[in-house]
Amino acid sequence: MVPLSWYLMLAAFLFSCGLYGALARRNAIAMLMGIELMLNAANINLVAFWRHGVGPMEDLTGQAFAVLIIGLAAAEAAVGLALIIAVYRERRTIDVDELDVLAG
Amino acid sequence: MQLPLGIEVPIPTFEQFVFIQVALLTAVAALAVVISRNLFHSALALTLTFFGVAGVYIFLEAEFLAVSQVLVYVGAIAMLIAFAIMLTRSMMFGRTSPLNNQWGKSSLFAILFFSALLAFARATPWPAAGEEVVADEALIGQLGREFVTTYVIAFEVLGLLLLVALVGAVMLARDR
Repeated sequence: MVPLSWYLMLAAFLFSCGLYGALARRNAIAMLMGIELMLNAANINLVAFWRHGVGPMEDLTGQAFAVLIIGLAAAEAAVGLALIIAVYRERRTIDVDELDVLAG
Repeated sequence: MQLPLGIEVPIPTFEQFVFIQVALLTAVAALAVVISRNLFHSALALTLTFFGVAGVYIFLEAEFLAVSQVLVYVGAIAMLIAFAIMLTRSMMFGRTSPLNNQWGKSSLFAILFFSALLAFARATPWPAAGEEVVADEALIGQLGREFVTTYVIAFEVLGLLLLVALVGAVMLARDR
């Protein structure tokens, strides 16, 4: 049996990688990839706590949450990438540093 | 046995040994996603990460989630990302650094955040893993039943959200 803390450490690493990617990359697509990594890390945590939690295994709340998050991530990726393509068509760049029309 | 990070563990069982392999693969691929300079390599590493996470779900006996992960993430999202990269090709081999000017602060913050999470995960006395319960196919059926009973509202709202998101994505990306 793999201890719960190992899953949590893996999820923490994935989340930190995603956080760094979302904060530090210039490319909007790379930022989206970081966000996907963070969503995956959260999902690992949910399922790990479902498997190792105190509740009975028949209580599937953790898995249900994870399924909803996967669906949400699909919607987020679709809209995000459509936005990126629309911005690229308009501005010929997807460098988030150059997209500063709304900056004060 | 002494692992890196100073974690004292007994000799791992076979299951733990395999888990370490899968976790290392996932972690290295995730690191490659954010470090790689070539955006397309990032996308390929991201696909590998998604596969690794599916493997972790197998370890957690959540087979339905593992299959959904491969279907949705590897099949749909990774593909979408690859298409978006190819449609915005000029950024693929950037003339400048792929990082913005706050990468130093970001990496520091990410490392600190990781250390804090690691300390929490190791210091908290988690409930000891219960007796070995083998999840069987009945759980998948029950998950389906819960989605049309307990979580029916969340399920319907998610369906509506997906519909709106996909129509919105078509509207946004349409060539006007």
